[in-house]
Amino acid sequence: MSDKLLDIKDLHVIYETEDDTVRAVNGINLKIGKGETLGLVGETGAGKTTTALSIMGLLPIGAGKILSGEIIIENRDILKFTEAEMRHIRGEKISIIFQDPMTSLNPVLTVGEQIAEVLELHKDLDKNGIQKRVDEMFELVGIPAQRKHEYPHQFSGGMKQRIVIAMALACDPELLIADEPTTALDVTIQAQVLDMMDELKQRLNTSMILITHDLGIVAQTCDKVAIMYAGEIVEYGTLEEIFEGENHHPYTVGLFGSIPSLTKETKRLSPILGLMPDPADLPKGCKFHPRCPKCIEKCKIEEPKDVVNGTHIIKCHLYNINNFK
Amino acid sequence: MSQPLIQTKDLKKYFKTPYGDLHAVDSVNLTINKGQTLGVVGESGCGKSTLGRVILRLIEATDGEILYEGKNILEYNKKEIRNIRKEMQIIFQDPYASLNPRMTVSELIQEPIIVNKTIKNKKEVEQKVYKLMETVGLAQRLINTYPHELDGGRRQRIGVARALSLDPKFIVCDEPVSALDVSIQAQILNLMMDLQDEMGLTYMFITHDLSVVKHISDEILVMYLGQCVERAPSNEIFKNPLHPYTKALLSAIPVPDLRYKGKKREIIKGEVTSPINPKPGCRFTLRCPLANAECTGTDFALKEVRKDHFVACKQI
Repeated sequence: MSDKLLDIKDLHVIYETEDDTVRAVNGINLKIGKGETLGLVGETGAGKTTTALSIMGLLPIGAGKILSGEIIIENRDILKFTEAEMRHIRGEKISIIFQDPMTSLNPVLTVGEQIAEVLELHKDLDKNGIQKRVDEMFELVGIPAQRKHEYPHQFSGGMKQRIVIAMALACDPELLIADEPTTALDVTIQAQVLDMMDELKQRLNTSMILITHDLGIVAQTCDKVAIMYAGEIVEYGTLEEIFEGENHHPYTVGLFGSIPSLTKETKRLSPILGLMPDPADLPKGCKFHPRCPKCIEKCKIEEPKDVVNGTHIIKCHLYNINNFK
Repeated sequence: MSQPLIQTKDLKKYFKTPYGDLHAVDSVNLTINKGQTLGVVGESGCGKSTLGRVILRLIEATDGEILYEGKNILEYNKKEIRNIRKEMQIIFQDPYASLNPRMTVSELIQEPIIVNKTIKNKKEVEQKVYKLMETVGLAQRLINTYPHELDGGRRQRIGVARALSLDPKFIVCDEPVSALDVSIQAQILNLMMDLQDEMGLTYMFITHDLSVVKHISDEILVMYLGQCVERAPSNEIFKNPLHPYTKALLSAIPVPDLRYKGKKREIIKGEVTSPINPKPGCRFTLRCPLANAECTGTDFALKEVRKDHFVACKQI
């Protein structure tokens, strides 16, 4: 397929607290091509946001630590970058949209100033050039440019999220990370924002990592899907392989079984039993084995390896090269 | 057919604000039969939570009637309402905020019993707590833990146990699963449906998640800015939505099924307008693709278009 933009190799991230070490990300591998959208799916505590923050170089200083691994963007490992180099690409090459638009805008600056700030830092433009670009960004996300002199509290939730998106796209980034961009919004507004993001992505050919727990959103917007559980990617594949393929990780099956369907009649949901493991005290072997309905002895002792079939990868003992085709 | 347990007639709740009256609930008529579930859906600010609270008289209604087993509970005095409230309980949305952090699981579950003095013997209260914990699927070893030690799913089980502690007939469930992860959400939904089968409970299930509401409800009421715009049996509303707002709401949900990918969705423009001093007529007019001059000017009521299917729209 297309050129590779981002390549994450064997990334391990921990958070150190006084008494515990929280293993948030445990050896993930991910590749994203140019113009591609990857859906990163998982429940609370699966390590989705930690992965995003690692790419941005925004892990909380002191607590968050990258133990090992590489994050390669355009043939350079950004984990080796100095803070100054990182600041140079952050916002320009890679940018992020946070979950809650209510808290990610500065309440004492006008929204226009906040978009201009990104441009002042990264682009060699004069005052007029910046204002012109700000106006363009407002048009792009469907807000009249004369509203740039207003403050965040004067906008509704959906509008604020549009402004955050405008800010993230102001420098034409190559990679956009969207961390649950519509979770805080109502469904009709969510549909508007998703539609707009889809259109912009196609027009600007931006690659995107969409972090979400909503499989419906993934089905509508993504090309590739990675299912995360306890800091690992347990299944990875194209949209078709994940949604229509025959072979799945038991956790993926559980996730699909947990959503009430709008199109089919189901009398009872088939949820995953038990709870997410404590990331400070992960189980041995396969991290899903205490909740897995298909657990065998081997799962309790040995950590499964990735089983690969073309683009489809499953990390589970139930599969091997012979039965996974 | 079974008996109606809860009925409201022209129920209204207006909040006073410096800018005028906020019409949170405006002339809502509904009926919930014994052992059934009514799903109430709508976006934030449409008045669905207020409706639930007004029915329990946690907020006093401005006008209208609430009939519980045929009697208007708005006429009840304080003592009478206290008695009746044992039979009407609520499960709140956020299990992180609705439990007192300084009480243990056992104290939390027995609090309603002690306040209402339904069981006086200490031993019996303890037995009841154990029984409730078993009913909602909480392990006995958790009896002396505090809410902060538990995850969201377990906390919500405490919320369910508290609601069940007085053996109610009717429970208002105010977004009981929206703060939970999908796998935990499914566990709680299954629990609530099992309890309904075993105890013959009647639910009013408030949510913004249409797939959840379809799963659990017998009848669905769609609200927009304080008014009920459509009411129909669950299957009917999903197969045959009539009000333009219901249609927009349904088509806005992303479906986890690839056959729906790329299908052009009907997206409604604009956002919810202010519920303060709304003009007479349909409140959806500004966002509605079908709206014309007929829609504004006068208020109009729900009409029965098909059997049990009610819609408030001039264009249908």
